[in-house]
Amino acid sequence: MTRALTLIRRRLVGSIFVLFIVIIGTFLLLEAAPGDAVDAYIVSTGGDAGMIELLRHRWGLDQSELTRLANYLWALLHLDLGQSVTFSRPIREVILERLPTTLILMVSATALSFGLGSALGIYAGARPGSFRDRFLSVASLALYAVPGFWLGLVLIVIFAVDLRWLPIGGIETLASDKTGLDRAADIAIHLILPVSALGFIYLALYLRMMRAGMAEAWRQDFVLAARARGLSRRRIVLAHVARNALLPLVTMLGLQSAQMLGGSVVIESVFAVPGLGRLAQEAVAARDTPLLLGIILTSAVLVILINLLVDIAYAFLDPRVGASEAGA
Amino acid sequence: MSRLHRFLRTPEAVAGTILLAMLFAMALSASLLFPGDPQAIAGPALLPPFQNWSLPLGTDRLGRDVLAELFHGARTSLAVGLAAAAAALVVGAVVGTLAGFAGGLVDEVLMRITDAFQTVPGFLLALAFVSVVGPSLGVVVVAIALGTWTGPARIARAEVLSIRERDYVAGARVIGMHPLAIAFREVLPNALPPVLALSSVIVAAAILTEAALSFLGLGDPNRVTWGGMIAEGRTVLRTAPFLSIVPGIALVLTVLGVYLAGEGIVETTAVRRGLS
Repeated sequence: MTRALTLIRRRLVGSIFVLFIVIIGTFLLLEAAPGDAVDAYIVSTGGDAGMIELLRHRWGLDQSELTRLANYLWALLHLDLGQSVTFSRPIREVILERLPTTLILMVSATALSFGLGSALGIYAGARPGSFRDRFLSVASLALYAVPGFWLGLVLIVIFAVDLRWLPIGGIETLASDKTGLDRAADIAIHLILPVSALGFIYLALYLRMMRAGMAEAWRQDFVLAARARGLSRRRIVLAHVARNALLPLVTMLGLQSAQMLGGSVVIESVFAVPGLGRLAQEAVAARDTPLLLGIILTSAVLVILINLLVDIAYAFLDPRVGASEAGA
Repeated sequence: MSRLHRFLRTPEAVAGTILLAMLFAMALSASLLFPGDPQAIAGPALLPPFQNWSLPLGTDRLGRDVLAELFHGARTSLAVGLAAAAAALVVGAVVGTLAGFAGGLVDEVLMRITDAFQTVPGFLLALAFVSVVGPSLGVVVVAIALGTWTGPARIARAEVLSIRERDYVAGARVIGMHPLAIAFREVLPNALPPVLALSSVIVAAAILTEAALSFLGLGDPNRVTWGGMIAEGRTVLRTAPFLSIVPGIALVLTVLGVYLAGEGIVETTAVRRGLS
């Protein structure tokens, strides 16, 4: 237990440095953007030069860059991401409203790609070099080459336009007054296509990693020992080979979270899912740079938290991890 | 047996090479076969494919020749994919070499910066960069490279850490070579092979990112892109789905070609290493 705590503390300290660098980066991008918050405000409300001068002074935009960075950091410390001009509301509010939708999408897509991907990987890796192994290997490579947004459009053409089985987009039926389980079922139906489009791309990654890990594990001595003990092939595959190949996939889960978040931007815009990714696209369209950077910061925090969780899970799954790090 | 011979013996590598050769042929012949502006109107709007032999793949919503757009789009995809991957590999190799060779505080700072870039979703970073600086081909290349240089940097660093302890590096120190000269003339070239093994994955990722950016309307507006074609076709998805489907197939075949050829190269060199 103490080694897990030591590990978490070490990762937390590292994460704070990383987050600081991300904040400096977003601040630089904010500075590089043409126009500032006052320009954006004046465009939407109108006002004369005196008004601009007054607002610049009141919002501290006429101060030096270092002071502005300090103000920015101070505001972030209070979880204040500023005001969105397009929504006329605090950015934090807008982001928190959209975050749950993206989380549902990400968790479902990850469950699909990890679950099905590792299962197919075990199936392929159980008999290395067999026809099914080679077939799945090539098929997964082909799947990995498919752009997620295009797969989404193809799924819409087939299942929503031609077959009319599933809704074309959105997160739930508008103005349906559904509550409780009915509403949950409605959302689940709306999520089938976006989750598939996002999940199937990364499925290939887990399949290939599982397969490669199993090919490695087959050569290990403990597999030979298991065979010598006369264990059934099924038991060797599941309890020894696959189990050892599974651990690196857990690490991948954390590393992939940033990719998934990036992927959900395009998928959400294809399926008109009102999540964080769609918000990012709206921010780009409206040239609302502070909102876009708020989304980037939120994503970075999310990725750091997910990786922290994965590290903790890993420390519990593999007793060797942390033992040496805690001692160091 | 020559390396090329061995490379051509794996069916995946052959398939990948053929796909890539076709793509390069398309990109190079684009202005010969389809001179003039591919974004100009060539016929009636929304002509279905295989109806009129002067417009084999039909026309889009505005009456532009889909085949001509496809050929010119191959150019953009290849140019952006290769340029972004090259930039990512160069930046990654330099940062990784500096971090690994210098060690200490330099290493610590450079690696935390690498961590920071890996923490921000690459696509969101690209989106923000293009939206702040404004869309043009060069900006898109930089935007994609921003999210992809971290992989090569980590691999280069790991490789440099093992190389810097070798005898010939110690020798270079003894004869008084400048540390930077040692890092970039002696260490970096030897650390390159595993970094270059990543190049096919990076080219593929760059092509896909470019497509996604132009799908969202953040590509260079003066150039035909496959992503832009898919977005354009999306507005008539119900009546003319082929307009979105055809450029998507071109994308899939391109990325698949890059993966297959890359896997063939890695396999061939792995065999060579195993033999030596």
